[in-house]
Amino acid sequence: MLSFLGHRLLQLIPTLFFVSVIIFGLQQLLPGDPALIMAGEERDPEVLAQIRKQYRLDQPIPIQYFYWIKGVMAGDLGESMRIKKPVSELVLEKLPVTLQLASMAIIIALTIGVGAGVISAVKKDTWLDYAANIFALWGISTPNFWLGILLIFLFSVQLGWLPASGYVSLGEDWRQSLATTIMPAFVLGNAIAAVLMRHTRGAMLQVLTSDYVRTARAKGLVERVVVIKHAMRNALTPIITLGALELGTLLSGAVLTEQIFTIPGFGKLIVDAVFNRDYAVVQGVVLVTATTYITLNLLADIAYVLANPRLRG
Amino acid sequence: MRLHKTIAMAALALGIAGAAQAQTTLRIGLAEDPDVLDPTLARTYVGRIVFSSICDKLFDIDANLKPVPQLALSHETSADGKTVTIKLRPNVVFHDGEKFDAEAAKFSLDRHLTMTGSFRKPELGSVASVEVVDPLTIKLSLKAPFSPLLAQLTDRAGMMVSPKAAKAAGDKFGNHPVCAGPYKFVEGVQQDRIVVEKFDKYWNKDNVHIDKIVYLPITDSTVRLANLRSGALDLIERPLATDIKTIRSIPKVKLTTAVTIGYLGISINLANGPAASTPLAKDPRVRKAFELALDRDAINQVAFNGEFVPGNQWVNPQNFYYQQSVPIPKRDVAKAKALLKEAGVSGPMTIDFMVPNNPELRQVAELIQSMVAEAGFDMKIRLTEFATSLKEAEDGKFQAFLIGWSGRTDPDGNIYSFAACKQPQNNSAYCDAKTDADLNRAREVTDPAERKKIYEAVAQRMIGNNEGHVIYLYHARVLIAHVERLEGFTQMPDGLVRVVGLKLK
Repeated sequence: MLSFLGHRLLQLIPTLFFVSVIIFGLQQLLPGDPALIMAGEERDPEVLAQIRKQYRLDQPIPIQYFYWIKGVMAGDLGESMRIKKPVSELVLEKLPVTLQLASMAIIIALTIGVGAGVISAVKKDTWLDYAANIFALWGISTPNFWLGILLIFLFSVQLGWLPASGYVSLGEDWRQSLATTIMPAFVLGNAIAAVLMRHTRGAMLQVLTSDYVRTARAKGLVERVVVIKHAMRNALTPIITLGALELGTLLSGAVLTEQIFTIPGFGKLIVDAVFNRDYAVVQGVVLVTATTYITLNLLADIAYVLANPRLRG
Repeated sequence: MRLHKTIAMAALALGIAGAAQAQTTLRIGLAEDPDVLDPTLARTYVGRIVFSSICDKLFDIDANLKPVPQLALSHETSADGKTVTIKLRPNVVFHDGEKFDAEAAKFSLDRHLTMTGSFRKPELGSVASVEVVDPLTIKLSLKAPFSPLLAQLTDRAGMMVSPKAAKAAGDKFGNHPVCAGPYKFVEGVQQDRIVVEKFDKYWNKDNVHIDKIVYLPITDSTVRLANLRSGALDLIERPLATDIKTIRSIPKVKLTTAVTIGYLGISINLANGPAASTPLAKDPRVRKAFELALDRDAINQVAFNGEFVPGNQWVNPQNFYYQQSVPIPKRDVAKAKALLKEAGVSGPMTIDFMVPNNPELRQVAELIQSMVAEAGFDMKIRLTEFATSLKEAEDGKFQAFLIGWSGRTDPDGNIYSFAACKQPQNNSAYCDAKTDADLNRAREVTDPAERKKIYEAVAQRMIGNNEGHVIYLYHARVLIAHVERLEGFTQMPDGLVRVVGLKLK
C-alpha cells in the first residue's frame, strides 16, 4: 500500500508541472493586452509602461512563467492586478462559498436523483415512473440561468420568501446563509439530480432482475428490504462515482448560477478575472481547482484500492 | 385604567426611543464590481460611485457641471494662468482622526503625481509642484496654463487621503481606504459587498442622515431590478434602457435620469495601419455620405425607446460647449448617393465594422448597417470581446469601430485625447495641425465664451466638414431607480450617487 501511495504521489509532480505550463500557456493565447484593459479609459503610455514593468508583462513569456512558478512553489500565487489583493487571499475568501454551494447542490441532487431513480425503477411503467422521467427530462433540458431567474421572480419578487441574491456566510448567520444559497443550490442540484435519476433507474433495473435479488425474494424477504438492503447497495456504486465527478465540476465554480444569484464563489471570480485579463487570478484559481481535482482523483484511487485489495498489485 | 394608561405611555415612549435608535441602512445595487478603492490607482466608473461616499474631493460639480468647493473653500488663478491658489476648509478630519490641512492636501496631490502606476498622473500632468502657503492654503504651480485643471480636481485627482494611513499601507491602501468623506470604510469583500458607515466627525455631518450604506455588485441587470422590486435593494444604478417602462410601472419605485456627459460614436480608422486604405478613410465626402445615411432619431427610438439624446458632437446638446452652428444633419440618402458618386465610389463599399459584443451595441450596429446599406455601404459587423476590441483598435485592425466614452466634466476630456496628434485614445490616427493648435489653445484660455469659440472652429472642421474621424451618434441617459422612501436624491450628470442629504423614510 505504501509503495502504491508513494508511486501515485510521485506521479503527481509531472502532472502538476504539466498543468501549470498549460494554464500559463493558454492564458497567453488570450487576445488583448492586460495593461490596456487594466488602464481602461485612462490610457496614458507612461502609466501603461509602468504597469507592464510592475507585472513583468514586458518580459519574455518563459521568464514570466519562471517568476510565477517560483512564487507558487513558495506558496505565493501572485497579486491581482485589478484589486491589488494577494490571489491566495481571494482563493481562501471564495473557497468556503464554493464548498458550501457545491455540498448543498450535491446533497439536493443525491436526495432527489437517487430517490426518484429508485422509485421509478421499482414502480416501472406506472405513473410514478413516468412522472420521474418527465422530471428528469425537464431537469436536463432546463437552462440554469432561466430556472434561476424564474425562481427569483417566484420566491423573491412575488412571494418575498427568499432574498433574490447575495450571500451570507454560515458563520455569520446560518439561517440567512441557507436562505441565500438554497435557490442556487437547487438550480445546480436539479440539473445533476436529473442525470443521477436516469443512471440510478438504469442500474436499479439491472440489479432488480439479477439472480441474487430473485433469491432474496424467494427467501421471502419483504420487498422494502430487498430493494434497500440488497439491490440499492450494488446499484449505488456507479452512482457514487458519477456523484463524485459532478462534485468535482461544482468545485470549480458554477459560472452562470453564481452570476445570476450574485454568489461570490470561484465561478464569478474566474469569469471577472478572464474579462479583465487579471492573469494572476485566472492562473491561481485554475491551478487550485486543478490541484483539487487531481487530489480528489488520487483519493478515489486510494478508496478503490482499499475497497478492492486485488488492485494493490 | 390609570395603570393601563401609564403602561401605554411607557410603551409609546420606549417605541419612540427604539425608533430613534434604529439603524438606517441604504442598500445600493451596482452594475459591476469596483476595482481597487485607492483614488490614485482606481480606474472604474463604478468605483467612483463608492468613492463619493468615502472620499471627499477638493471640488465637486453642480448640476451644470461647474466646479463647486467641497474640501476647498475657494480658488484663485493667477493672471498668467500658471498658478492656482486653493484655500482649504478648516476643521476637517480624516476617518482616522488625522487633521486635513495644507500638508495633507500636498501629500495627496504629490501621491497622485508620483506613485508608481498612478492613473492620476496624466490628469494632473500640468502640475509642476504643490506648495504649502499656510496651514490652510496650497499653491499649485503649473507647467503651462491648463483650464481643465479644476474639473480634474472634481474627480479622483482631487480626492484627499489620510497621509498617515496612506504611508502605512503603501499600494495596499485601497484595501482599507481612509479619506475625509461622509462615510468611513468598514469592509469590502470582492464581488460581494462594500460596507461603509456614517463618520461622526464629518465636516458636514448634519446633512448625513443614513447610518450605513451597503454596496452590492449585481452584474445581471434583470436580477438587479428583481432585487429592487423584492425590497432587497433601495437603489440600483444603470438598469437597462429597455426596462424603463417596466420601472415606471412599479409602485413605490422612482426613476431618475440625466443626460450623460459621455457619448457613443463610430470611430473611423483614418491612418492607423493598412486597414485605413479605404475611400471612407481617405475622402471626407464619403464620410459625409455615411453620416447622411444615418437617422439618429430612429436609432434612439428603436434601440432606446426614444429615451436617449441624439447628438453629433463630443458634448451633449444641453452642454454649454455644444455648437449650435454645427447641427445634426437630417437623413438624406439621395444626397449621400450623390456624394459617393462624386467621390468616384461605385458599387457597395465593404467596411469592417468592429463592435464590442454586448446586446445593446449589437442592436445599434445592426440598425446602422441597414441604414447605410441604402446608400451603398456594406458594413461587415465583427462582434469582438471588449478587451480584445481595445487591443485591435490600438493596433489599427479596424475600419470602423463602435465605441463609447464615459465622458469628463470639462470638454477637453472628451476631445483632446481622441483628436490631438498621437494621443493615447486617438486610435484612428487623425492628425491635423490646426486642430492641434486649437485644442492646445482651448486648454490655456480660461474664459468659457472664448473657449467655446475655439471649439467651434474644431467642430466646424471635424464634424461640419467631416474631416474628423468620429461620427457621434447619441448621449445615453444615466438611469437610477430607487424606492420612493429614499428622499433627497438628485441625479447629477456624471451619474454618481451622492449620499449627503439622502434620507430613508
